[in-house]
Amino acid sequence: MKFDHPATDGPADRQNVLGKPHKRIEGPLKVTGRAPYAYERHDVAPNQLVGYPLGAGIAKGRIVAMDLEAAKAAPGVVDILSTLDMETLPVAATNVAPLFGGDEVRHYHQAIALVIAETFEQARAAAQMIRVEYAETVGRFDMATADTEDADIPNIGDFDTAFAEAEVTSDHTYTTPAQSHAMMEPHASIAQWQGEKLVVWTSNQMINWAKKALVTTLSLDPENVRVDSPYIGGGFGSKLFLRSDAVMAALAAKKVGQAVKVSLPRPFIFNNTTHRSATVQRIRIGMAKDGRIKAISHENLSGTLPGGAGEDATNQTRYFYAGDHRKFLNRIATMDLPESNAMRAPGEASGLMALEIAMDEAAEAAGIDPVRFRIINDTQVDPENPERRFSQRHFIECLERGAAEFGWAPTAPAMRREGRWLVGQGVAGGYRGSPVMPSGARVRLQPDGRLIVETDMTDIGTGSYTVLGQTAAEMLGLSLDKIEVLLGDSAFPVSAGSGGQWGATSSTGGVYAACMALREQISKQIGADADTVDFRDGLVTAGNRTMTLSEIAAGKEIIAEDKMEFGEFRKEAYEVATFASHFVEVAVDAYTGEVRLRRMLAVCDAGRILNPITARSQVIGAMTMGVGAALMEHMELDATRGFFANHDLAGYEVPVHADIPDQEVIFLDTADAASSPLKAKGVGELGLCGVAAAIANAVYNATGVRVRDYPVTLDKVIDRLPMPDAG
Amino acid sequence: MTDTTRSRSSVTMTVNGTEQQLDIDNRVTLLDALREHLKLTGTKKGCDHGQCGACTVMVNGRRVNSCLSLAVMHQGDEVTTVEGLGSPEDLHPMQAAFIEHDGYQCGYCTPGQICSAKSVLEEIRAGIPSHVTRDLANVVMNDDELRERMSGNICRCGAYANILAAMKQVAEETA
Repeated sequence: MKFDHPATDGPADRQNVLGKPHKRIEGPLKVTGRAPYAYERHDVAPNQLVGYPLGAGIAKGRIVAMDLEAAKAAPGVVDILSTLDMETLPVAATNVAPLFGGDEVRHYHQAIALVIAETFEQARAAAQMIRVEYAETVGRFDMATADTEDADIPNIGDFDTAFAEAEVTSDHTYTTPAQSHAMMEPHASIAQWQGEKLVVWTSNQMINWAKKALVTTLSLDPENVRVDSPYIGGGFGSKLFLRSDAVMAALAAKKVGQAVKVSLPRPFIFNNTTHRSATVQRIRIGMAKDGRIKAISHENLSGTLPGGAGEDATNQTRYFYAGDHRKFLNRIATMDLPESNAMRAPGEASGLMALEIAMDEAAEAAGIDPVRFRIINDTQVDPENPERRFSQRHFIECLERGAAEFGWAPTAPAMRREGRWLVGQGVAGGYRGSPVMPSGARVRLQPDGRLIVETDMTDIGTGSYTVLGQTAAEMLGLSLDKIEVLLGDSAFPVSAGSGGQWGATSSTGGVYAACMALREQISKQIGADADTVDFRDGLVTAGNRTMTLSEIAAGKEIIAEDKMEFGEFRKEAYEVATFASHFVEVAVDAYTGEVRLRRMLAVCDAGRILNPITARSQVIGAMTMGVGAALMEHMELDATRGFFANHDLAGYEVPVHADIPDQEVIFLDTADAASSPLKAKGVGELGLCGVAAAIANAVYNATGVRVRDYPVTLDKVIDRLPMPDAG
Repeated sequence: MTDTTRSRSSVTMTVNGTEQQLDIDNRVTLLDALREHLKLTGTKKGCDHGQCGACTVMVNGRRVNSCLSLAVMHQGDEVTTVEGLGSPEDLHPMQAAFIEHDGYQCGYCTPGQICSAKSVLEEIRAGIPSHVTRDLANVVMNDDELRERMSGNICRCGAYANILAAMKQVAEETA
């Protein structure tokens, strides 16, 4: 089925099940510990051996020799997989760093060996007995001095002249640190071979990417590979791609002729897998006296291993605010650090951390309230191509509604004092595109009237099980308890997968398509025209005939499969995007500089909301991640040895319960017919976009101290705090 | 005694009401004894270093990070895991409240959160103070106490506000 024009009204608009606050259908399994995650599949293969990895102790160079003898002789050890056993494995299109093989070390904690033993304890102990001799070479670990390449971004008008002539200007440089996804479930896989056939039970957001990457990396026939990942303990981009756990498990299982399971130890994850690159961003804004932006420029520098794309923090600035003269520079430094790659809202999350402080500073320079400043610089068209409109854009409503609900009333900086606390408010805008990907599904109407949905879509905590179930229920006129949703198996039709906040929009489109096909098939079977058949309350009505779905499927299940493909009109005619405003209130300890959040509000313009419970959870979760980005998250680079030093959850701090205040979320619930058949858009990444800047701006409002170097830790404000008695 | 015999021990503990005798490697944590030997995989391994709380279980009625405790230290102990609290057909009130308030997303930290949440209510009622307790003689149930005491259980999906709502509901229901 092709989505080649904006959606008209159809069965999905009934909103009997969709749009309703249904609790997660897999909830009972999760809260009782019965949902099986990758490393826990004791049932899938007998006699599973355990693999424990060894990572390179240098960041760049070669392995001269590896002494495996002591490890091989250790109790319980069955075999050892060594990177020297093979050439560097081919790199799949979705990967940057090779995952295994060869003597070349490209980054710290690159996987170089896997000890395969009877038990975890035996494998772990033996891995420490491997002696590695390296020939270390000089690596490029400093972004400021590394060679760079510039990505091509169109410039509009004449920024330099317009900025030079602007009546009011703002010109500052901001830095964001490297961040780690730090999802709670480590990357893990169990692999088993049956002849040439490989099955990998793993934890992966993109089943088809994982399958294709296994095919490339291990030179396999696609027919012979199955990937299964029904439950995923968080991803945030870290599990978009095939990682070393799956590759090593597959290689090891082949080597020993037995199933092998591998979980990456937590301290291994930060340098072995991917992270969000640090950035340096210069933002210049030139305005007329009335605050209208005339010229805007965003320059970005980020780092990557050779072949990667880095973190393009300029992207949202191309679309978010008006201004005739626009200049962009995205500079990518080639480095020898672990692989930088996508983390939740790649580009925008970092870009808005900077842009939305810059907007606060520009508003202040123009002497205009920052909410008002954003409103007067709104645009309803793509500033690079005014022919293209936003399919919908309710950003002004986000700001106005948010200001009213929040009680937006900031004082002048450092003017509100409550005992030992300096109190301030901050605001920021959020912007994130709402892309889509082709997505397929199969639906199977059972003789008892239940419907089974099968798609390789994943649920990484986003609510896919539930919203896909709601979609099928709505389309066939069934209640949600009649739907069984099966996900994450490459044996099912290929879906969009979970990434780039395209998951829900795209995969509900796929289930919609399969359900339309099923409606067609049922109509044909009963000799009626599909357009005239009504599916409601488990009943099918055609003219004056009414039957139950179970009667229709009585003899044999009815199976339908289709996929949704999204036409070019969506991109050519429109910019389809999501918008938010974020408001926060902070209290800063006047003596210590400690920042405490008091309350947070997000107002989201993200299309039709498929399920207000799971959508809200996405947003409060993203707001929480934004608190981390604002106040604590920072992968500390050892720039001499080329690795991230705080590589565990004690050193890399993420928000805990005590950091998070009352959080409120308002959805404008704006059905966008240009976006998808369900008129939905993404929301999971939008919730993160702008949060950190709102907090940084609130800290400025509370203290009068502007921090442009994330995270906003107390050492960056304490020496400039107003005198405690001054208030 | 040979090295082989010294490296293994026999330990008997009661897990979710059932006595279990294990002959295990001394290095096996309580967490891995549950997950790998008893196949009770509801208890999660998030970090294996006592930094995340996903492995929280109750030992003799008190919550512990099971990854920081060796199985052989638990001779005679009563261990309760998330599986022992309730089943999909017969949920513990805290499990039901987590579903009701969407106190989770990916579900991986959830068993640990639930074990901690149940224990936190008991700890407050037992008058055990915390870092944020103002009056040590009068430990009260409030948001600050709940948030502080739950801070050893990381939820990267960020369900904290909903977990708090779930705990408050159970606290009120059982007050």
